[in-house]
Amino acid sequence: MFQYWNDYFFVVLFLLLGIFLPVAAIWVLGPLLRPKHPTVAKNTPYESGVEPVGDAHVRYNARYYLFALMFVVFDVETLFLYPWAASFHQLGLFALTEMLMFILMLVIGLAYAWRKKVLEWS
Amino acid sequence: MWTWNNLWHWAGHPLSWPGFVGMLVGAVVILLLALLVVMYSIYWQRKFIGWMQWRIGPNRVGPWGLFQTVADVLKLLVKEDVIPANVDRTLFLLAPIFAFVPAFLVLSIIPFSAHHVFTANIGIGALFYVAISAITIHGVMLGGWSSNNKWALIGGMRSAAQMLSYEVPLGMSIVGVVLMAGTLNLNGIIAAQMHTVWYVIPQILGFIVFVIAGTAEMNRTPFDLPDAESELVGGYHVEYSGFRFAFFMLTEYVYLLAMGGLMATLFFGGWAGPFLPGWLWFAIKIFIFFTFQFWLQATLPRIRQDQMMSFSWKLLLPLALANLVITAVVKVLV
Repeated sequence: MFQYWNDYFFVVLFLLLGIFLPVAAIWVLGPLLRPKHPTVAKNTPYESGVEPVGDAHVRYNARYYLFALMFVVFDVETLFLYPWAASFHQLGLFALTEMLMFILMLVIGLAYAWRKKVLEWS
Repeated sequence: MWTWNNLWHWAGHPLSWPGFVGMLVGAVVILLLALLVVMYSIYWQRKFIGWMQWRIGPNRVGPWGLFQTVADVLKLLVKEDVIPANVDRTLFLLAPIFAFVPAFLVLSIIPFSAHHVFTANIGIGALFYVAISAITIHGVMLGGWSSNNKWALIGGMRSAAQMLSYEVPLGMSIVGVVLMAGTLNLNGIIAAQMHTVWYVIPQILGFIVFVIAGTAEMNRTPFDLPDAESELVGGYHVEYSGFRFAFFMLTEYVYLLAMGGLMATLFFGGWAGPFLPGWLWFAIKIFIFFTFQFWLQATLPRIRQDQMMSFSWKLLLPLALANLVITAVVKVLV
């Protein structure tokens, strides 16, 4: 049991170290080394060298909205496939048939989306 | 009874203070190693692409330009950290950290050598990688959105669309390997390959899908649309300067290391190999992966956005599914 938790504790240690490095470099070490002379012109957003037109916090057409829905479907599917794959050698033919039916249904879904032109980026 | 061994044998023992110190040392070693690898992979990228394009590449700082990247990092550290007006300040400041932390976190499970002193031997290894690496999308999108810059917004949106689309085939191609090995544990997958062959041979279809989807996940050429220099000037990190920009770059190259490690583990037998020590085999395999990526970068043009999206959903996903079905059926029959 302790062996099991030790490894996850190590992962948490990585997480803390991963947060520590950018915080130390950007907020602690950085301000000591870098200059800070903001001017109005320097702080304008970059827009190919001309004065920026309007604001960029606009309602932007997220074209991948439908892709995101598809992503949810197929990513959850992948999540179901992982435990099945890991224990496949114990489950045998029955699990194979079940999973083939599951995959078949998703393929039908993919074909439907394809036919409905959801997969076009237009 | 305290010995030096207590430091390095924390795996499989109740956690003690020496064990904790050993863990901490291991994590710091991996952090420093990652930074070193990132610096020299950038150097190697510039040098290698230079040779391919009949140039010399960096050769001014230090012998053969070996300290070029060190100079670049120092330059970024002393650069002014410009925070433009009208940015969403909190998100703008946090986005590079959101991007970097998962990149570093996935290194914690890559088995760099046979002995697990420096990385964790967790049971859900492959799934952990896929799950954690997906978090980086948030950092990239937040960076693009909070910059209040149109280029950054387009870059961030493209990036989200791309990473979402290629996440699915990437995950599916790994399932094929899990199916053959019967375990999610990365060390278990290496052990399973020692008994048979490297999985690149039976899983060649899955391997091809994995490499293409992995390249797209890392936003590398020919899938570098999110930071397409020639059309978006830099994509989601246009407004970033100094060390915040450096952390976005660091994320990209740490992922290169992690993806190379994952590929070596899943398809090329990890640290297993004759004569040489395990870590050296692992380093050689990762180096070949790096060189392959830089070769792609020097060779291929960038593909178009609509081509990229349909390529993932109409070709890679069906291929990955077919690979999965074939692998499962063959495993039952044989």
